[in-house]
Amino acid sequence: MIAVRHHRGARALAGALLFLDDARGAAMGEVVELTQPGQPARRGQVIDAGDGVTVIQILEDPQGLSPARVTITLTGAVAEAPVGRDLLGRTLTGVGAPLDGLPAPIGEALRPVWGAPMNPARRHPPGDVIETGVSAIDGLNTLVRGQKLPVFSGAGLPALELAAQIVEHARAGGGEPFAVVFAAIGITARETRLFVERFRDSPAMARSVLYLNETRDPTIEQLLTPRYALAQAEFLAFEAGMHVLVVMADVAHYCETLRQVAAARDEVPGRRGYPGYMYTDLATLFERAGVLQGRAGSLTQLPILTMPDDDITHPIPDLTGYITEGQVVLSRELHAQGVFPPIDVLPSLSRLMNAGIGAGKTAREHRRWADQLYASYARGREARMMATIVGEAGLSDPDRRALGFATRFERELVGQGATRRTIADTIAAGWRLLESLPRDDLERLDDDTWARRPGAAAGEGA
Amino acid sequence: MTSATTTTTATPGAVLTRVTGTLAEARPLRDAGLYELVRVGAHGLLGEIIRFTGDAAVLQIYEDTTGLALGAPVVATGAPLTVALGPGLLGAILDGVGRPLRELAAASGDFVAPGAAAPTLDPARRWRFEPRAAVGDQVAAGDLLGVVEEQPGFEHRVLVPPGAGGEVVELRGGDVTVDEPVGRLGDGTVVRLAQRWPLRQPRPVAERLPADRPLVTGQRVFDLLFPLAEGGTIAVPGGFGTGKTVIEHGLARHAAADVVVFVGCGERGNEMAEVVQEFPRLVDPRSGRPVMERTVLIVNTSNMPVVAREASVYLGVSIAEYYRDMGYRVAVMVDSLSRWAEALRDIAARLQEMPGEEGYPTHLASRLGQLYERAGRARVHGTPARTGAVSLVCAVSPPGGDFAEPVTQASLRVAGGLWALDPALAQKRQFPAVDWATSYSLYVDATASWLTERAGVPWAELRARVLGLLQRDAELREIAGLLGHEALQDRDRATIEVARMVREHLLGQSAFDPNDASSSVEKTGCMAQLAVATLDAAEAALDAGATIDELELVAVRRAFAALRTGPGDELPARAAAVEAAIAALHRRPAGGAP
Repeated sequence: MIAVRHHRGARALAGALLFLDDARGAAMGEVVELTQPGQPARRGQVIDAGDGVTVIQILEDPQGLSPARVTITLTGAVAEAPVGRDLLGRTLTGVGAPLDGLPAPIGEALRPVWGAPMNPARRHPPGDVIETGVSAIDGLNTLVRGQKLPVFSGAGLPALELAAQIVEHARAGGGEPFAVVFAAIGITARETRLFVERFRDSPAMARSVLYLNETRDPTIEQLLTPRYALAQAEFLAFEAGMHVLVVMADVAHYCETLRQVAAARDEVPGRRGYPGYMYTDLATLFERAGVLQGRAGSLTQLPILTMPDDDITHPIPDLTGYITEGQVVLSRELHAQGVFPPIDVLPSLSRLMNAGIGAGKTAREHRRWADQLYASYARGREARMMATIVGEAGLSDPDRRALGFATRFERELVGQGATRRTIADTIAAGWRLLESLPRDDLERLDDDTWARRPGAAAGEGA
Repeated sequence: MTSATTTTTATPGAVLTRVTGTLAEARPLRDAGLYELVRVGAHGLLGEIIRFTGDAAVLQIYEDTTGLALGAPVVATGAPLTVALGPGLLGAILDGVGRPLRELAAASGDFVAPGAAAPTLDPARRWRFEPRAAVGDQVAAGDLLGVVEEQPGFEHRVLVPPGAGGEVVELRGGDVTVDEPVGRLGDGTVVRLAQRWPLRQPRPVAERLPADRPLVTGQRVFDLLFPLAEGGTIAVPGGFGTGKTVIEHGLARHAAADVVVFVGCGERGNEMAEVVQEFPRLVDPRSGRPVMERTVLIVNTSNMPVVAREASVYLGVSIAEYYRDMGYRVAVMVDSLSRWAEALRDIAARLQEMPGEEGYPTHLASRLGQLYERAGRARVHGTPARTGAVSLVCAVSPPGGDFAEPVTQASLRVAGGLWALDPALAQKRQFPAVDWATSYSLYVDATASWLTERAGVPWAELRARVLGLLQRDAELREIAGLLGHEALQDRDRATIEVARMVREHLLGQSAFDPNDASSSVEKTGCMAQLAVATLDAAEAALDAGATIDELELVAVRRAFAALRTGPGDELPARAAAVEAAIAALHRRPAGGAP
């Protein structure tokens, strides 16, 4: 790329966009430094390079910048982040500056934060489980290494608490090296505190890197924070051979910022004002999850997003759901009943679950076990709805039994509280629930699977 | 594609004067042609001229433009975006512009680097070419010149290219690469195993023919209720999590086609990894060979350059037409067409075109129509006389699962069928989650006689009975939801019970159960007939004075479920078990009961 060039003064400044005349040799994505007497140094990035006008997106608060007095330095480089194992245990800003009083991390390498797409022919299909310790996930929506499984939350629901619990309890299994990269995108000081304080003294901190972009930080930085986190995670996964879990919260804030930038550029708005390329843009984050052939590590993502107005058809959860491999959906109703984690398993789904479960991985009968729990719970929920109209007395006997089952399922299996459950514990708890129903109600279970359940009466089978 | 050889009409001195996202501008560049391919910058990024203004050309770039700088050189190649068609396509994994991904990885590693290049067809590989024409023969476009065994048992027919013809001046057999001449025609055409074809141009046929037989999908809900015809087109809209991709993959595995082209357009990398790993191992029961040997995979995942998504669909259809011209039955799956449409929207927005509905360009419907129209059954050019077909099944991803959006609606105007996927069914884990009330197929009548003959059951009649049962069931469950189960009569309860069996086991099908993933026409017909027989037997018993509680419907349902998941060779025995359970439906037969 070309050498460093300086420009004095800009043609125009509109919000976080700076318009520069005659920026010869400007490159798409080039990093720009902005200096002005009496003002802090700022950084920006070329988003539209042209012989006439070049558009620079300013990454920090533009207040006080003057187009007449600013000096624009085109650095000739695209954004790069230091990455390495020495970043483990560190707390950093959303763009990698230290927040923990220690010197700035040096890293083992510099990597472009924008990354490059994995060659699909070099991907290895995900097939090994990550044990989160949460029954509703491990048992019914199993998370697999290399998967991207978002948590769809609502305002006021404890998504971050769930994420914190998973980050503390998660294991790759087999004692393999495991790391967590947390990207806080525009979360409040209270939420940050919750997360950071919980970790500071936890053994989990030593295996974690925290990138914290708070609400008070420059908004536009939110577009970079997840990419700094992912560049680091890619290094740990594919060069240091670790199993990396990336937790990003909150993707909704990221999307808001994307919309804000699009509006500032006078782009044609798509649904609800979000830009038409939001799907593609989100994909450049989420698709960085995966496993590569012949490399030891894996990159798994657990993005958290708050559904505006609990609406799953809102563009943010909708487009996310089209990219990710399933979703874990939180329920306001369960939360109100004091169930934690309040996971509604019916709209939740892990698309890669089948690849991660079964004999030699979790339990041989895991699939049928899960199918039967789903079926019985779904029937119970339908019966509950019917009962609100016709009363419980109007239900058929199997429906009445399913209704009772649904309530126990929510309280006992889903509502595990803050405890950590192994997958074996989860499966055993599920069988206990199923055994409370007559055999004839369990149509998804063949006799063989039924006889093989742990604790089956002698004579019924092993 | 990405021919390394065609750098002809270089405009001296053309340089980049603007870059923004996927769009760029170069000047002076007037003497190139519209849709001509260009190479941009030091890495030779692939682009295409989509507009001229003044002395500038507007380019869409097929690769990531990060780091591309003003003043970088731009070279026009003198040719439009083309694909090399020839032996070696079957079993290949290509990106949206036709670069083989495995070879790219060998060149540029595990991540796709901009400007990486590799020819679509392996230039070093030798094929045994056997002539089927003789020197002195008069030949015209489409006539057979010779054959190559592309995959074991698969005859790749080398034909006179469209527009060529004359006397065969030279033709020789032997082991040749795709680019070596094997002969010459009177009009000067040099015969090679490979030919280049512009992606956006449909390949000509002699005569388009109406659909006359089904393309058996192996999915009972489709083959029984909403069949796909050879040469037919189906749109499959569904919100996320409704199982579009599982359906598309299932078709790619099990559809009774000679060649399958799967276009993963703007979708997930992990899913494609699964296909890449699984298809070489999965055996096609009809040929006994791995399904990968009949498959061309085109993969442009959602994080790969968006402009290449637009090209990927045309690439897939062009390859399909090429095999159709040899007389094969080709099935194309596109997952998903919405991502293709979004690429159009992205390009149009960057060109500041006046947006139509939901920001899509106003030419969306016409472009989509032209794409669907490249499917069809046809008598192709050339001798020996033959027919071929391109069937097209396109997944559509409507935002919010709402079908009233432009891509779904434009698809419905041209597609021959709709497989509507319903999130409510998916949530109940009813897969395939096909909403039978809104789905339709225009190929029902054209395919019924073939299916009836093959399965030995009255297909059209069974179809009508099953649909009638489902409709009645929906009404009854609505009543039960309002008034309670007690409000239903025994006869209605029997309908609900049998309908449940139909929904769960006849229409429900597990893609993950090896015996259930694909259903033969015989099995589908047999199951439909037994389901209808169960209803008839239950109603007869009730008419004869039995009560619903006396009917052993659970036993029938168990036997029916066992039939569904049983291996193919046990079909007669397991069907007999269901028949026995139907015969014993009423333990204490009342007078006159069956």
